[in-house]
Amino acid sequence: MSPSDGGSADNRAEYTRELRQYLWGYGLAVLLTLLPFGLVNWAALREYGLYVGIGACALAQVIVHFRCFLHIDPPRQNTDDLHLILFSGLLLFFMIAGTIWILSSLAARTG
Amino acid sequence: MSAVPRLEHPGINLGPAHPDTRGKSGELLFGFWVFLMSDAIVFGLLFATYAVMLHARAGGPGPKQLYDIKSAFIETLALLSSSFTFGMASLALKYSKRTGALVGWLVATMCLGGLFLRLEVQDFLSMLHNGAGPGRSGYLSAFFALVPLHGIHVFSGIVWMLALIVQIRRFGIDRDVKLGLLRLGLFWHFLDIIWVVIFSFIYLGGLA
Repeated sequence: MSPSDGGSADNRAEYTRELRQYLWGYGLAVLLTLLPFGLVNWAALREYGLYVGIGACALAQVIVHFRCFLHIDPPRQNTDDLHLILFSGLLLFFMIAGTIWILSSLAARTG
Repeated sequence: MSAVPRLEHPGINLGPAHPDTRGKSGELLFGFWVFLMSDAIVFGLLFATYAVMLHARAGGPGPKQLYDIKSAFIETLALLSSSFTFGMASLALKYSKRTGALVGWLVATMCLGGLFLRLEVQDFLSMLHNGAGPGRSGYLSAFFALVPLHGIHVFSGIVWMLALIVQIRRFGIDRDVKLGLLRLGLFWHFLDIIWVVIFSFIYLGGLA
């Protein structure tokens, strides 16, 4: 699968860069998976710290996936794609935070 | 190091070596990206429902009795590795003229996805066997609305991959196959991101 078939030096540099990107993404994702599973399996932190650790690893891993596998690269990206990601993120934030806020408040009042 | 070109769309960009997809790919992949973001909203709301329902157990079992960390771990590694093998398939599509490497990586991806599904179905069956089905409590209804929905997505990704392999065998790597593979790549990597959130907040959060 090397780019040798009809590849210029330019082509080869791009291939190496993209291959390296996938390898880095995979390595980092495995690391960010092992870390929280290890923390939970051996109960390495107290409850609150454990939740923060899991959340931080998940956020970091989502960013790694976006960057290395989906190739979202802000300065180079088509701005429409970025606007859509930001807008969806905003909607998700309002919907999730709103649902949890309103329904847990309701549960507390009617419980 | 050569100058890095602009990205036309999310996912791998095939670039000037594939003039047949030029122009068309930006438009098609943006449309597919809109679908993925709306799918993310569906998953996000199911996550919110799960969070609200987490304590609505009606005296039934909770996460600590039902989840198995070992099987969640193997499922995670399988799906993560399948994302990587799909990345290798994308590189084979972009840089190699031969179909062998491309189909090989796609088959590897399908096997890993199949392993993931097999383990996940086993988990669901053992939950059902222990009387923890979706009808048991609000918490379990929310669980079975969210996690199997992701599984169905993975299953349809595998069916899609199979269809593309048949297309490659029949027509070769033509324009439609290339555009299909680019969209399937976005879909597959997106499903892995959803799984990261599922294993972190549902499985690990439940077992912590």
